[in-house]
Amino acid sequence: MTALNYADIGDVVPTVTGEHAMASDANATTDLLVGRLDRRQFLKLTGLVGGGLMLSFTMPRAFGNSAALQPNGYIKIDATGILIYAKNPEIGQGVKTSLPMIVAEELDAAWEDVEVVQSTIDQSLYGVQFAGGSMSIPMNWDALRRSGATARAMLLGAAAKRWGVEPSSISTRDSHVIHAARGRKLAYTELAAEAAAMPVPNPQSLTLKKRDQFRLLGKRITGVDNEALVRGEPLFGIDQTLPGMKYAVYQKCPAIGGKVASANLDAIKAMPGVRDAFVLEGNGNAGELLPGVAIIADNTYSAIQAKRALKVEWDESDASKDSWSHAKAEAERLRHGSGPQVVNTGDVDAAFASGANRASGFYTYHFVSHATLEPQNCTAWFKDGKLELWAPTQTPAQGIGSAAKVVGISPSNVTLHQLRCGGGFGRRLYNDFTCEAAAIAKRAGVPIKLQWTREDDMAYDLYRAGGFHQMDGAVDDDGKITGWRDRFITFTNDGSRPVSGGGIHPGVFPAGLVDNVRVEQTALPWSNRCAAWRAPGSNVFGFVVQSFLDELAHAAGRDSLEVLLEVLGEPRQMGRRGMHTGRAAGVVKLAAKEAGWGRELSDGHGMGVAFYYSHAGHIAEVAEVSVNQKQVNVHKVTVAADVGPIVNLSGAENQMQGSVVDGLSTMTGLSVTFENGRVQQSNFDRYPMLKMPSTPEVAVHFVDSDYPPTGLGEPALPPLAPAVCNAIFAACGHRIRTLPISEEGFSLA
Amino acid sequence: MDLKVNGELRSLGDIDPQTPLLWVLRDELGLVGTKFGCGISQCGACTVLVDGQAVKSCSYPVSTVGNAAVTTVEGLAGSDGSLNAVQQAWVDLDVAQCGYCQAGQIMAAEALLRAKPNPGDDDIDQAMAPNLCRCGTYIRIREAVKVAAATRRSAAEASDAAE
Ligand code: FES
Ligand code: FES
Repeated sequence: MTALNYADIGDVVPTVTGEHAMASDANATTDLLVGRLDRRQFLKLTGLVGGGLMLSFTMPRAFGNSAALQPNGYIKIDATGILIYAKNPEIGQGVKTSLPMIVAEELDAAWEDVEVVQSTIDQSLYGVQFAGGSMSIPMNWDALRRSGATARAMLLGAAAKRWGVEPSSISTRDSHVIHAARGRKLAYTELAAEAAAMPVPNPQSLTLKKRDQFRLLGKRITGVDNEALVRGEPLFGIDQTLPGMKYAVYQKCPAIGGKVASANLDAIKAMPGVRDAFVLEGNGNAGELLPGVAIIADNTYSAIQAKRALKVEWDESDASKDSWSHAKAEAERLRHGSGPQVVNTGDVDAAFASGANRASGFYTYHFVSHATLEPQNCTAWFKDGKLELWAPTQTPAQGIGSAAKVVGISPSNVTLHQLRCGGGFGRRLYNDFTCEAAAIAKRAGVPIKLQWTREDDMAYDLYRAGGFHQMDGAVDDDGKITGWRDRFITFTNDGSRPVSGGGIHPGVFPAGLVDNVRVEQTALPWSNRCAAWRAPGSNVFGFVVQSFLDELAHAAGRDSLEVLLEVLGEPRQMGRRGMHTGRAAGVVKLAAKEAGWGRELSDGHGMGVAFYYSHAGHIAEVAEVSVNQKQVNVHKVTVAADVGPIVNLSGAENQMQGSVVDGLSTMTGLSVTFENGRVQQSNFDRYPMLKMPSTPEVAVHFVDSDYPPTGLGEPALPPLAPAVCNAIFAACGHRIRTLPISEEGFSLA
Repeated sequence: MDLKVNGELRSLGDIDPQTPLLWVLRDELGLVGTKFGCGISQCGACTVLVDGQAVKSCSYPVSTVGNAAVTTVEGLAGSDGSLNAVQQAWVDLDVAQCGYCQAGQIMAAEALLRAKPNPGDDDIDQAMAPNLCRCGTYIRIREAVKVAAATRRSAAEASDAAE
């Protein structure tokens, strides 16, 4: 079972120092992108180093067209209009709208005048282009502002020259340069050609707007693709068609790592609509190309029919034998012994010996799938030694590199068109589907669209790892938490490092907040691929630690909110990139106040609170539920978030609501189980995502703060499950320690 | 075989009559607005109207359409290209995140409003329940259905008044 190589997907658990504690989600993504590059080099390149995440900047580069003002890769203004390029993949997190808004603000362009276009992949021009780790906003904030300000300065300079006045005597507003003293104005479009001839200022020398000068940022702006979306225009990867294109499917071994021994290729090729069928060997990297059988057909239906009729004899000698039931039994055994320590501060044993009250609990969470609603797909055309890809991927540059490797050409001979993704959640950080399409296209000799079925998507995901935590804690006579032990059992693909998203880091809550803390981590061998899943690590650790904190509050006979605030303590910054306890307490108090914490509740109702810091976002949530015979009715979830200034209020609120719904959906009934290496759930009938009737009311509150803005795609998810489980306990006295809660017999009303 | 789609009669040639309507629309007719999510009637991404009724086109063999009129998301806008009430509400309320489910959501909402111009909250939840949104935009979908219903009603009143 060691034959699988995970080099390019497993390289995602960083050595986290105390300083970077709590920032490991971002680090995980960074490491993924770095691959085998020198990490320091990468940080320099992307500006990820240092106190903030926002130093990335691309130097201006001269462009050819002199009639157009194009001082950098983000802006093009000519006589016909204002274009702003959106650099990163749109996966539903709203960056195709929010990133150009940042440019438009400093450009002082009226949003109605702006046309947004998806940029090409050119990392020399745009810096790193990807969607992950909630980093699009923090990594690009500064560069985008300066790119807008650069163009504005040049327009201002051109107008000053034309009017023969000092630049300081004129101003800009709504895509115009204005000379108020003389009551005259010029549109940017009229000035573009002259502005293009102006010297490009040093972006660092420009004065940026103060927050109270923002006209666009913080407003509700609707998505730039909305109209195209509701007209059903071909925006997504799956919508691409090329002249002469054929439709491909690819069957891999149901147990990852199995090879094709034989297949009924002749029978398949004889089927109606089928053009070809062939075996691909795979390249030994489970993140790129696994062995399998490709079928090429005239349409998707014929391809799927042929895939159903395909009979493959698999050589499973190196294939996964993963078994969830076996892992669970192992964890049951291991929870009674100690494991290697990740954190050990103070004297936990002494705290337990002297504690007035103790609490213990064994927490379990299952593997889950990303289940993007658009199944993985990629359109590819290999012609004359060159490869062209239409790929819904979160990491287009990595897609180019991997696909080039798989078909044996230089990355410079690969063009990748980035397309809207029908959901990402971390799944499309990996380019296995891109590599498959490339390999199939090379062999097919015609353009092909590779389509995964939903069954493929469930069987060949890179899953959110399951895990187990034996939790023990002590409180003293005053009801203060004095001891905390988290005995964590996770999984490993390579025999040493935990799987991506399954490694606990030294800054995990409540390290640094409670005096005596020990966190241990033991990893069980595992073959199936695991990876980043929306708020990796945090989405499960949040559940465990915030539920167990609630257990300790009850053991002490105290109010959960009071204990949470006591643990957060005095306002202070925890390490350079860790949480700020003052901001944390701020959102906890705000959520509690807005939810009416402590008020009289109806019979059978209960409230729960939880806080989690991830992706630089401080988020607290309060859930109000009622429980009747294990049927949970989630009445309302109140969210309070401190993520710095909001870029697009509409998008931000949508992300918060979506995170709550995703969190509730996942904690309620979603799990992927493995037996004999095979995933047991094949489609949505056995993976029941939440539907509209179970959707609670969600109230979202943003803290107005002057911290640099940070991303919102992920951090609102982790506090949801513990807030709801704590509310369930308050309502009915049952402590949920297993996700999904359906494992404990609970369901949503 | 012929198919009535969005007011046009389209010829399908000699297609396998078992082919799901979804793949006929997407692969043969180039109407890719209708989406593939699960293929087994579990997600609603493929929802289209057949004689005004919402159906899951992934599980609807093309041969069963017969003479009925198929409407896809591409067929909702007016002949002048203007968005219909449901589409406009979806744009204005900024419903979409990834947007992949939204064609199916819009078609389900359209079917609901054609049958029930004034739906209550429960009607909306019931009618929209078959449609998954992986991104969790249900709160805005609910609102958008109400806004679209109000727009349609006031348009109907205006045209009644004009007659
Ligand atoms: S694709 Fe038809 S219901 Fe999912
Ligand atoms: S908006 Fe992404 S699935 Fe609904």
